[in-house]
Amino acid sequence: MADLAWPNPDDCTLIGKRVPRLDGPDKCAGRAKYTYDINRPRMLWAKFATCPFGRARVKSIDIAPAETMAGVVAVEVIAGAGTECKVAFQEVAVVAAESEEIAREAARRIKIEWEPLEHNVVDDDVAMAGNKAKAGKEALTEDFAAAIDGAAVISETEVGCSIITHCCLEPHGSVVEVTEVDGKTSVMAWCSSQAVSGVGGEFAQAAGVDAANVHVSCQHMGGGFGSKFGADLWGALAARLSKKTGRPVKVMLERDMELALAGSRPSAFARMRVGVEDDGAIIAWESAAWGSGGNGGGMGAPSLPYVFGNVEHKKTQTTPIFTNTGGARAWRAPNHPQMCLLTMAALSDAAAELGMDELEFVKKNLGLTGRADVYAEELGIAAELIDWKKKWMPRGDQRGVLRRGLGLAMHTWGGGPHDSNVQCTLHPDGGVEIRCGTQDLGVGARTTIGIVAAETFGIPLNKVTVLIGDNRYPASGGSGGSTTVGAISTATRHACVQALNKLCEAVAPEMNAAAEALVAKDGMVRGKESTAGGVPFADACRRIGTQPIVTMGQTQRGNGMSDQGVGGVQMAEVEVDCETGIVTMQKLVAVQDCGRIIDLLTTESQVRGAMIMGVCAALYEERIMDPVTGTLLNPDLEFYKLAGIADVGELVVHMMQTPDHLKRGVIGIGEPPAISPMAAISNAVANAIGARVKRCPMTPDRVLAAMKA
Amino acid sequence: MNSFEYARPTTLEQAIGLLSPTDGDAAALAGGTDLLSLMKDFLVEPKRLVSLMGIEQLGTISVGKDGLKIGATVTLDGLLQSGALNQWGAKWPALWHAAAGIKSPQLRAMGTVGGELLQRPRCWYFRRGHGLLAQDAKGGSLVEQGDHRYHAIFDNAGPAKFVHPSSLAPALIACDATAEIASPRGMRTVKVSELYRTPTKAGERETTLASDELLTAVTLPRPLPKSATYEVRPRQGLDWPLVAASVAFELDGGGKVTNARIVLGHVAPTPWIAADAKSLIGKGIDDAAIAAIAAAVAKAATPLKGNAYKVDLAQVAIRRAFAAALKGN
Repeated sequence: MADLAWPNPDDCTLIGKRVPRLDGPDKCAGRAKYTYDINRPRMLWAKFATCPFGRARVKSIDIAPAETMAGVVAVEVIAGAGTECKVAFQEVAVVAAESEEIAREAARRIKIEWEPLEHNVVDDDVAMAGNKAKAGKEALTEDFAAAIDGAAVISETEVGCSIITHCCLEPHGSVVEVTEVDGKTSVMAWCSSQAVSGVGGEFAQAAGVDAANVHVSCQHMGGGFGSKFGADLWGALAARLSKKTGRPVKVMLERDMELALAGSRPSAFARMRVGVEDDGAIIAWESAAWGSGGNGGGMGAPSLPYVFGNVEHKKTQTTPIFTNTGGARAWRAPNHPQMCLLTMAALSDAAAELGMDELEFVKKNLGLTGRADVYAEELGIAAELIDWKKKWMPRGDQRGVLRRGLGLAMHTWGGGPHDSNVQCTLHPDGGVEIRCGTQDLGVGARTTIGIVAAETFGIPLNKVTVLIGDNRYPASGGSGGSTTVGAISTATRHACVQALNKLCEAVAPEMNAAAEALVAKDGMVRGKESTAGGVPFADACRRIGTQPIVTMGQTQRGNGMSDQGVGGVQMAEVEVDCETGIVTMQKLVAVQDCGRIIDLLTTESQVRGAMIMGVCAALYEERIMDPVTGTLLNPDLEFYKLAGIADVGELVVHMMQTPDHLKRGVIGIGEPPAISPMAAISNAVANAIGARVKRCPMTPDRVLAAMKA
Repeated sequence: MNSFEYARPTTLEQAIGLLSPTDGDAAALAGGTDLLSLMKDFLVEPKRLVSLMGIEQLGTISVGKDGLKIGATVTLDGLLQSGALNQWGAKWPALWHAAAGIKSPQLRAMGTVGGELLQRPRCWYFRRGHGLLAQDAKGGSLVEQGDHRYHAIFDNAGPAKFVHPSSLAPALIACDATAEIASPRGMRTVKVSELYRTPTKAGERETTLASDELLTAVTLPRPLPKSATYEVRPRQGLDWPLVAASVAFELDGGGKVTNARIVLGHVAPTPWIAADAKSLIGKGIDDAAIAAIAAAVAKAATPLKGNAYKVDLAQVAIRRAFAAALKGN
């Protein structure tokens, strides 16, 4: 029998090792079917007519030219005459047609008369935003003024970052098939979703049925990053149109709508003052921050200063700005990357003002963080990996065209598990089947479940069948907030340990052993103390009779199974061409704790992915709005720039896996490593050129402007 | 994309016969990397596409005494491969650098030399359907009022503010290349620089080709001994240069310039020929002379409110192109 507790790391053959993704070959070979790949017989394509202005009223709409076009099956008005559209690309009408091309052309033929209205797309200037900027309440600690005035040095920083989008390579969308058999309506929905168990209700409502009659499937998805929890209007329309036409309907957003509407990360800017003592101790923090989460308004938690929250004297204020742009959605560690940039830039500037090494400066102030010991250890490792001591030079000390710089940043995250259920079926022929209504966003959920089951039963990974991405499997929480791995790994362990123990009870009599004395290892069921012999796993399973063993597991919290709360450190090395303003990544180091790791390979890959997203935000990526028309100027991957692989530089990932980390249990890793890159890179650029580039992405124009200032 | 007729002629004569003197009726299709995008965005809606890929003579490269002749449908990959094979790359490094700067394997595989030269501007107002001149109802410039970080810093006093996107054109012009053009009226040859113009009113295109004319080849004459192209391109993979400079020059035995051309890309509605290059003639080429000529070229720039940084970049590109040409790499 096995205990619920995670096995000793030394006894593990899979847990904590580098295991390639179970679905890797399918993805590489193109066999993996994403929602976009789902095509059904008689399927209709749906396309939208949208608003071309930042804000405008529909004066009139005539859908007849679309309705009369050959191949068009249904047209629905979403925003009728008199409706005010508040953002560009807002949906005005939808067309369902026999082909994608016909639908697109028909949507274009819909005649809409517009009354353009005044809009605001300015999110970086409180004065220009006028009454769209609403100053929040000032938070002030006692004696703040005296404290900052008494500081030996007061450094000032102004920095910020543009709105970016989630930019999922597979856009949002669904294929929905509403069928009626014998008077009973049921819905089949293929949906690119981060919440397979929870999204059915939206389709149900749209189709006018109970959620019990909705079957949702998402086997593979091309990214979500926090933007794909709901079916959204797009999924609901697919359901409604399918019901109306009696045919399957596919609604996948085109890139422009994806970038305009399907989620964004708020911008954030701040003017900050940091009061420090001569020895580097931070005594006072002042910040006035502003930014926009689009048509939903402003910025949310966390507050400033980030990580170094225990500064004694603080004065902070935030001014959210309403803009006529697509609303914010949770973007991988919501708001943490922005607050990390603001804070770490201000601290880096304070260190430079003092003439102090940035690394020594943050070390001096670790007492202001919630995890001083963790950060101290991680800073030491990261410094070695990037060779900080040898390479660091005081800010602005370099001459010449090409200048190198180092920068660092620190972050924190929760990562505790959500509620998840897992069903284990142990078949009499030794087949192991795990079902869970979770989803794999591409990061390895499927593999995680397989590893835990295989390790628990002592069998090879390929002997486990993992079934996920379906709402008919036991419910599992949405994949957001780095909550998935802790949930599905512990629930799988829970289910499999119960099944194994029932198996041990079934075979114990024939093995002349007590069930408690049996273990499953190396494909055998044998006595705890033996290293050889025993009964092959499949043979043991035959003793359970004709019915499979079925067990249910749930998320396990605490007790070394799972935990929450991590800290991470990242250090960047850049090269800046001071004549062109082009920043080239040299190296990015991430040192991260996340408790006990199930699959080291996919964990490291996820950290690398986060670092690459950070490079994009630091150097290339931003949503560019047109002040004149209020629409998006770069609704494509041509000018909405992402890093190519050659732009990323060397990525070094170090996962903290000491016994102290392992004994905490499993903690999520999705968000934390996405937080620090932008801040670390901004600081590295400042170190290289001797000036703070005021805005990320640090494009050549902005770098050159900082150098001239 | 609207429905259209598709023709795949096998001779030049057939192809010309299938084109139309009415603008917009028919379009010549080579790699399709730009044309099909334009059609999908409903920016052009030709009734007929005339594929040129079945016309063998358009797809050849020849290196001879007269120079280098490149057929219009030679792919960018084909161009680079031939550059290595026939070693013309070493003779015309400016062109070689420009072609190698197109970093997308997909674009290089499908895109052709002719298509690259005649691709439409990437101005985001044009591509969003506001027309090539991107004017509002009152004739005001959306570009000028809006976001023009990538727009023109030369020749932008008129309504055209876009930049010409070709990577190869500045290099070809610096190398004094000519273009062969076929039409129902016969063949004509012009300088590559004459393929382009700055439109001054709505409806005018950025090319001088009539709608029934076909670019069939470009020819580079005997090369100037020194040439290079330098692109200021933020990303190392596929990305548009912010500014590019192609230079070509010749020195006499005493190290004095006898002939020099400087052509900038991505700075004006046409490939921008810097007339100041002539002032180099008779002078020696050193860092000071290069910096002076770069500064002189930049002095004539008329940046918009938000793209003055490109003036600095133009100077850098010129200096680095000269440096690369002198170094011979």
